[in-house]
Amino acid sequence: MSNGEVNLRELHHPDIPVPEEMQSNIAVTSLSSLYNWARSRSLWPMLFGLACCAIEMIATAASRYDLARFGMEVMRASPRQADLMIVSGTVTKKMIVPIVRLYNQMPEPKYVLAMGACASGGGPFKEGYNVVSGIDKYVPVDVYVPGCPPTPQALLYGLIALQKKIEKQSLGVGASVPWYGAGPSEEIPVPILGPDIIDPRHAELLRKEAQKNRVTPTVAEATTAATAEQAPA
Amino acid sequence: MTDQVLPQVTDLPSTIAALKERFPEAVKDDTRAGYEGVIVEAARLPEIARAIRDEFGFNYLSSLTAVDYLGHGDHLEVVYHAFRVPSGGKPLVFKAQTSRDDAVIPSLVSVYPGADFQEREAYDLYGIHFAGHPNLKRILLWEGFEGYPMRKDYQEAYYEQETKPFDSRWPGGDVFRGEEHNPFGHNVRYPAGFTLDDYKPETEAEFQQSMALGVDIMGDPAFRTDRLLVNLGPHHPSTHGVFRMMVALTGETIESLEPVMGYLHRNHEKIGERNTWYGNMPFTDRLDYISSMCNNMAYAITVEQMMRGQASVPYRAEVIRVLMSELTRITNHLWSIGFLLNDLGAFFTPALYAIQTREYILDFFEATAGARMMCNYMRIGGVFKDLTARIRSEAALMNDKVRDMDTMDYLDQLINERLPRSIDELDELLSESEIIKSRCIGVGLLPAEMAIAYSAAGPLLRASGVPYDIRRANPYSIYPELEFDVCTRPNGDIYDRYYLRLDEMRQSVRILKQLLPRLKDTAGQPIFGGKTSYSIKVPAGEAYGFAENPKGELGFYCVSVGGGNAWRYHVRAPSFINLTPLGEMSKGQKVADVVAILGSIDIVLGETDR
Repeated sequence: MSNGEVNLRELHHPDIPVPEEMQSNIAVTSLSSLYNWARSRSLWPMLFGLACCAIEMIATAASRYDLARFGMEVMRASPRQADLMIVSGTVTKKMIVPIVRLYNQMPEPKYVLAMGACASGGGPFKEGYNVVSGIDKYVPVDVYVPGCPPTPQALLYGLIALQKKIEKQSLGVGASVPWYGAGPSEEIPVPILGPDIIDPRHAELLRKEAQKNRVTPTVAEATTAATAEQAPA
Repeated sequence: MTDQVLPQVTDLPSTIAALKERFPEAVKDDTRAGYEGVIVEAARLPEIARAIRDEFGFNYLSSLTAVDYLGHGDHLEVVYHAFRVPSGGKPLVFKAQTSRDDAVIPSLVSVYPGADFQEREAYDLYGIHFAGHPNLKRILLWEGFEGYPMRKDYQEAYYEQETKPFDSRWPGGDVFRGEEHNPFGHNVRYPAGFTLDDYKPETEAEFQQSMALGVDIMGDPAFRTDRLLVNLGPHHPSTHGVFRMMVALTGETIESLEPVMGYLHRNHEKIGERNTWYGNMPFTDRLDYISSMCNNMAYAITVEQMMRGQASVPYRAEVIRVLMSELTRITNHLWSIGFLLNDLGAFFTPALYAIQTREYILDFFEATAGARMMCNYMRIGGVFKDLTARIRSEAALMNDKVRDMDTMDYLDQLINERLPRSIDELDELLSESEIIKSRCIGVGLLPAEMAIAYSAAGPLLRASGVPYDIRRANPYSIYPELEFDVCTRPNGDIYDRYYLRLDEMRQSVRILKQLLPRLKDTAGQPIFGGKTSYSIKVPAGEAYGFAENPKGELGFYCVSVGGGNAWRYHVRAPSFINLTPLGEMSKGQKVADVVAILGSIDIVLGETDR
């Protein structure tokens, strides 16, 4: 798309030919492609910065890298108006509670992009006592962008990857995404700040561990135990 | 403003002697090898601190932190660093000790209000009860968190070993993911027998009730009419990250305000105490992530101090360090001004101007250090790489030309033309704007005495008329031979903080201009004078290294017991301590102004929460 012109050729169905002279005026396409084509080019990210990566996200939105070229310049501060959550930075246990709440408040279809090492898997701070090892422990992630922080180019690449992913999502029956199915998908249970962060989905597992009546082992203790078990054999 | 020659106070030994004479029983020299200052009897601490402030003139409590000497005396120690402001000079270090089991130390909030948040942090992470603290509760973690994580016997869920490099990773390289050995597959650890069945977490209403804001949300009948409790953040477009404020309002006027933080508490200090000394350098980048070069420099200065001459920095490395620091100061102030205007409602346009100029400096960082933001550039004893011969911007974008030019020409153009032009442009577009003047002048006042009492640092302190700049008050690197003014502004309001940053950028350009010939003269000289090993051992002892960061005094308090890792690694973060007076500054202001006041303090959450 250059000079603001819409390139209909992007939309043409490969099996239904349109005469060459009419190709810039008429497109024969499927509803899915038309819908996804429009949607992927007008994603509104949530104005939501967590840490260092947020600075690079702002730089991406600024004039040099210019996110507006991809139809994403409208950053909304309210989750109700946003399609895309860019998790830009370290997710801490204290912050995961509002993040899950924000995610639940976003209307579907919604996407999550994990920007940088921390959001993807904990990053350099993974071992920290207040750090969540990646946002995907709680909310589903569509695109992971590596880097610490990713350069604006990398973020743009990730966003283009997301656009491509959206274009492949079908509106048809048996769709691969929940929001084209029978109804809205279930909310993610909001984590609880207890003696440590608690995922309510772990209630059963917690009870099982409590019956053993022991403190959750650290990695060091677990590995020693594993070696001890192996030793007699 | 003329060059201010600040008197150097060099009589620290005689001060200590006088202090010991004044309190013969309660004050003793710290005689451990490599340690400085005095150890004070804990019970008499407030009385002695009052004398230190009033009789000896150490009116500015810069840093307060705790150390857990488990296995090295088995006690907890609270360490205070106090300065004379604005006259400068070395800090007076005084310490108080308490037992690990029943840790109680008298609070110093009544003597130094700046101790408020720092004592709460020590309570949160070490479990030290500060008797007499007006609002002693957890600050970075939440009420109900199990344990005091900075204590040496606390083991986090992914705990493997006391110090790095971990045996599993090196030299065997037998890497596994922490999740694999945790029954929950998460970074969590619960006490024995814990279940959700009869657990009641703190509710939001209880949390709000716990704020020391004097609003009784449960019982106050007036509450639902004109008195309000408003929550700003942690997800809010103008809190500069994940910062939260609880504000009690009468109509639109702020009655009281309490900051809530810790939403980006990512355990710098705990991780730092497991890391090797070199391994901490990239973590310092991520403190104040807008000014990574300055953070590098402050950390390098601290460890060099501890190395006691074993890592001396060559002249060219000092020149490059100052070059990087001053460029960083400009990027930080540009960013801060751009986003202050954002907070005032000029949404993004001024920020776009600021970010555009910042990109030119980032290109230089990228060419030299290899990264735009997280430079990890300085080393203990110098810098890791000389300037490249040519600079090439890697961003080949539609609206951007690929630059490929000689580095010195690029710097010359940047320092002599582009930066002064951008600063003037911002000045011209913003300083006389009627809206900015009416929203900023007289708002968010911080008088000089209050700024000192609350340990405010950097532009926040100087905009209140206190000429205290560490580059002059406690000179480091090659700052003594450079000409520049310590900028101050008299009124201590938002406008002065804004304008002071413009002034400081002009002074930074002035410094940069003096660096250009020095860079040319020293071309080809060595840039590293430290040890070229993978890991270093630092002699036992303590050091408090500090530097004038764009946001204020960034200090590192490190303790070594002689190994390859820090026993204690504490960051005195200006963004954190500068928030202490926020509540006082906001009182009586309108709720719309609190966002601008916060913007004018200029915080970065990476550093606030660490």
